[in-house]
Amino acid sequence: MVDTSVTLSGLRLDNPVIPASGTFGFGYEFNDFYDIDILGSIALKGTTKEARFGNPTPRIAECTEGLLNSVGLQNPSVEKVVKEELPKLKKVFHKKAIANVSGFSVDEYVYTAAMLDKEDVVGLIELNVSCPNVHAGGMSFGVEPAKVEEVTRAVKSAVKKPLYVKLTPNVSDITATAKAAERGGADGLALINTLLGMRLDLKKRKPILANVKGGFSGRAVFPVALRMVYEVYEAVSLPIIGMGGVSSAEDVLEMMFAGASAVEVGAENLVNPYACKDIIEDLPRVMQKYGVEKLSEIIGEAHQ
Amino acid sequence: MFEVLTNRNIAKNVYEMTLSGDVSKITRAGQFVNIKIDGLFLRRPISVCDYGENYLKIIYKVVGKGTEKMSFMQKGTKLDILTGLGNGYDLSAAGDKPLLIGGGVGVPPLYNLAKKLIAAGKKVSVILGFNTAEEIFYEEEFRALGADVYVTTADGSYGIKGFVTAVKAEHSYVYACGPEPMLKAVYNAFDGAGEYSFEERMGCGFGACMGCTCKTKYGNKRICKDGPVLKKEEIIW
Repeated sequence: MVDTSVTLSGLRLDNPVIPASGTFGFGYEFNDFYDIDILGSIALKGTTKEARFGNPTPRIAECTEGLLNSVGLQNPSVEKVVKEELPKLKKVFHKKAIANVSGFSVDEYVYTAAMLDKEDVVGLIELNVSCPNVHAGGMSFGVEPAKVEEVTRAVKSAVKKPLYVKLTPNVSDITATAKAAERGGADGLALINTLLGMRLDLKKRKPILANVKGGFSGRAVFPVALRMVYEVYEAVSLPIIGMGGVSSAEDVLEMMFAGASAVEVGAENLVNPYACKDIIEDLPRVMQKYGVEKLSEIIGEAHQ
Repeated sequence: MFEVLTNRNIAKNVYEMTLSGDVSKITRAGQFVNIKIDGLFLRRPISVCDYGENYLKIIYKVVGKGTEKMSFMQKGTKLDILTGLGNGYDLSAAGDKPLLIGGGVGVPPLYNLAKKLIAAGKKVSVILGFNTAEEIFYEEEFRALGADVYVTTADGSYGIKGFVTAVKAEHSYVYACGPEPMLKAVYNAFDGAGEYSFEERMGCGFGACMGCTCKTKYGNKRICKDGPVLKKEEIIW
């Protein structure tokens, strides 16, 4: 028997497979497809202090081996998440989830994170300083190391649970923002968020997305994500949740050899609602194939 | 897994495909399926025209790469299809004389709806709107069910000249499906309550990505999961 368990800052996961924020709602609706208790954890839909509709539609555009989205952090507000969404999740999910927090000011980040920190079902907080689809917030925090450090420090002082900072790839040097999060007191990092991109409608000669630009994700981004996980692993001494184009158990191993302690699966859930289940079920076979007995022992092995 | 039984051209750029497979998740007329097509990242959402035991029928128009690939699919092709998606129409609100209004490839989901309403003893009228004669399909199929059928063409090449709003028909309730300008025209031209089925670019088709959300008087709704059918009174144009 192989051992698929991993640990994130003291939080033990049965396996490293976590649906990524924004591709799995608040989890419970996927229970119609399969028993979500098999997941390592779930990264919940990005949550803000106030309710957000998000950007105008169309906010999805297909690409080769991926898609653009410009959803823009649609969510019902942290109050409603706590009162309505988390109770529904707890009925069908009996492990710890990852709360994904976004905001438009340091105070908003702190407010939202502190509120979610108190919830039993939340085992870890993912601080999204990297959403490419909102102006004057999200990614504008994530591209400047000084701001990453500031918001990380402020939120860290307001929460008890492990704090992971989710980084944007839309910077010239991701190790600079990674180091800034480490200086700010982050317990770990999550990367990558989506890559800023766009598509045009040839008939209309105009952008497909109403918001013009959007975040690119899906299998196509895997090599970019893997490279960034590899770089960040060398630059900091924090655990990393690796994500970006992961679509198979082989990808999970590759991410972990590169330095990830766990892996999030995003866009793949949108085309195959059983993606995480399929990966979890295939993981023992792939581990055996590549001679891995204990998954937690291979983290960062590619660097040796 | 589904398997293609037949796939035939029934009007200009419009195809009817029948498949065998497990349809037990389909519960209402007006729901849709989401089809995985080799070589394309996103699935293709297509409304259900009709279904029965181990049997699914869809009608689609070739508008892009996905539907073009579908049009070449032969009998025996295996397809990965998610079924039972969307809320579908509520039959209980129909009254005695429901009026069904479809435009172009908004017509197909009305077929199973008409079948069920007629089986429930309703007097069903159907308005089928097309741009031109060569795009018309399913006029006879609706008549065979026992519905009163009106066909309109925008260019007057067949039936009543004009849009679906050119027809005046007595009705207890309106069920509509078609492009948004048509829905809006129907909304303004036909009084009384009804249900309107909308389209939007979707990511997943099952409520996870929030890609297709619209605003309604009853709050934000995902067209794929909380729709595609909206009650007339909740629509915000």
